[in-house]
Amino acid sequence: MLTLTSPVETPLHRIPAGVKLAALALFTLVLFQLSTPLALSLALVALIALSLTGGLRFARHGARMLRPLWPFVGLITLWHLWQDDLTAGAVILLRMTAAVAAANLVTMTTRLSDMITVLERLARPLAPLLPPRRLALAIALVIRFIPVLSDRTALLSQAWRARSPRKPGWRLAAPAALAALDDAEQVAAALRARGGTG
Amino acid sequence: MERSLTHIALFAALIAVLGLVPPLYLAGAVPITAQTLGIMLCGTVLGARRGLLAVLLFLLLVALGLPLLSGGRGGLGVFVGPSAGFLVGFPLAAFVAGWIMERTTLPPFWAATAGGVIGGIGVMYLCGITGMAIVLNKTFAEASILALAFLPGDVIKAVLTGLVTQSIARARPAALLARA
Repeated sequence: MLTLTSPVETPLHRIPAGVKLAALALFTLVLFQLSTPLALSLALVALIALSLTGGLRFARHGARMLRPLWPFVGLITLWHLWQDDLTAGAVILLRMTAAVAAANLVTMTTRLSDMITVLERLARPLAPLLPPRRLALAIALVIRFIPVLSDRTALLSQAWRARSPRKPGWRLAAPAALAALDDAEQVAAALRARGGTG
Repeated sequence: MERSLTHIALFAALIAVLGLVPPLYLAGAVPITAQTLGIMLCGTVLGARRGLLAVLLFLLLVALGLPLLSGGRGGLGVFVGPSAGFLVGFPLAAFVAGWIMERTTLPPFWAATAGGVIGGIGVMYLCGITGMAIVLNKTFAEASILALAFLPGDVIKAVLTGLVTQSIARARPAALLARA
């Protein structure tokens, strides 16, 4: 399955995942201490420069990932134009964009396997409550069954279209949920037969 | 043990798959996705505790970098953006919906619809609007105007939660773990 990790190799890809996550936490904390548009703009410029070290294609991909923010940017700009307080608006927007962009940058430059390794290390103190093997198995099951359930839903959709000119829409939810329930029972039986979840 | 684990994992996958269903557009602009329907079903079908865990597992995979949120969003960025409060509300909404399903003796349709309204609208909006108010630095009342556009869609989804839960209760009465 596709992840959000960028296929373009950047120098940032080589930094260990734990270091990047710690840096992100620190950067986000600092971001919330800054309160002038100038300081926040500098933080955003630094992020853009960091993205550009991965080349133009990488930076453009990063910009695309910020698209869900634009409606909020529009609304906040209008609101602060109306309130005649553009400085406050700029602080909010710059901080929000920088925080999201920094987090996306870590996601884009870290492989799923490296993220899971960090997660396993972080989850170790929870071991008596949540055995690491069970967590790993749960993650693997979700990743494996998304395409399975997705194909099943596509088949249900085709079956619907063969009988009706209308779109199936929400009517797929019930059979899709039933398919998930049936698969869960079968996978549970299969796991038990192979010695359980350990 | 195995049954719990596989139900939690398979319903986490179901949330992701329902997020792939193309959204319906209300009044041409406001998207209604089936993803939150999946969140509510985790609660109403699996019950409070398993529903909560299924949604947490789903969010964990989103945080690890899988584009599973509707519209192909994902990664760490979504947890600091203006919609982050809604993500915090997801597991709580599933828990509350599951709790209502477990603790009431109403027929499945009414219990699940009530769960959809109280969990999917009440709890979800409380968390989501608080999140928007913090990120966008607005008062709760100002931020709630933004959420108002989604209200009609979420009322429809609460009823759909009831209808889907009811048809599951009819097709597989034993599989409705919330009522087991």
